[in-house]
Amino acid sequence: MEIKVIRNILEANDLVAAGIRERIGEAGAVMVNIMGSPGSGKTLLLERTLEEFQGRSRIGVIEGDIRTSIDAERLKRFDCPIVQINTEPFGGDCHLPANAVGKALEGLDLGGLDLVLVENVGNLVCPAEFDIGENRKVVVLSLTEGEDKPLKYPLMFRESHAMVLSKLDLLPHLDIDIDQVRKNARSVNPNLKIFPLSAKTGEGIKAWIGWLNGELKK
Amino acid sequence: MHEMSIAESILGIVKEAVEREKGVRKVEAIDLRIGKLRAVVPDNLVFCFEVICRGTPFEGARLRIEEIPVRVKCGECGSEGEKEDPIFICSACGSPRLELVSGKELEIKSIDVAE
Repeated sequence: MEIKVIRNILEANDLVAAGIRERIGEAGAVMVNIMGSPGSGKTLLLERTLEEFQGRSRIGVIEGDIRTSIDAERLKRFDCPIVQINTEPFGGDCHLPANAVGKALEGLDLGGLDLVLVENVGNLVCPAEFDIGENRKVVVLSLTEGEDKPLKYPLMFRESHAMVLSKLDLLPHLDIDIDQVRKNARSVNPNLKIFPLSAKTGEGIKAWIGWLNGELKK
Repeated sequence: MHEMSIAESILGIVKEAVEREKGVRKVEAIDLRIGKLRAVVPDNLVFCFEVICRGTPFEGARLRIEEIPVRVKCGECGSEGEKEDPIFICSACGSPRLELVSGKELEIKSIDVAE
């Protein structure tokens, strides 16, 4: 016998994510999901972003990692609430599921925040698959990763609203063709906003902050 | 390896559906539709599902995966076609204004059970 079902396999996750999106909206905040490979510069981008917003907007941070709270420690010098999520103490889940983000949000006073930045687990595949209730998805791609990544991991670049091209300060030392990166990324997602920047030197940071600011006002 | 999370979600939905039906003796197979744009590797998903079903009443249930091609429709010239690669540029007119017609499915279609 056949039982007809027709159900979205990730509906449990998507339902929780929809609930989160509603909570964030009711609180008048915006949540941004920051994704990218391990070592692409997500945490340094967060540090730079927090520096830029300090005293101007109220930001909460959710740090997702398979294990350790090293990233959360790095952000402690900022006057902002940080919640660390570890997906598995001995090296487990490759992405943040919506229910983990929902639990982490309980540790933040949403009413007092304008922006929630979520640093997802370092990975170019799995996080693209899971809605966490964010308003915007951002992928961080470092120049050392090569031009081909948008073509090799299309879902991530297709789903993202913006791409930060990090480590711009390394450009003189690399053979990478930055126009080709843009071209590849836009061929997967023509609407992708692209921000080449160096979180180390500060070059290009203004455009990124400007975009984030614009998203806060929407 | 998000295939494990997906396998767990499938099992959850199957359990629920089977509990609602009366007199199900065994789940034989589960039919899935998975779009090619999804970052899901069918073999990995089949493997993960086998692993989590082992030693449960669902052991032996097979996943039958129908892979759905990435199809697009051009918002400029209206032509429709299938994409073999992730380049979202109209092959007829070169416009980037493509709408996705299919390719992002991730759903359970039906469950085959023995009564």
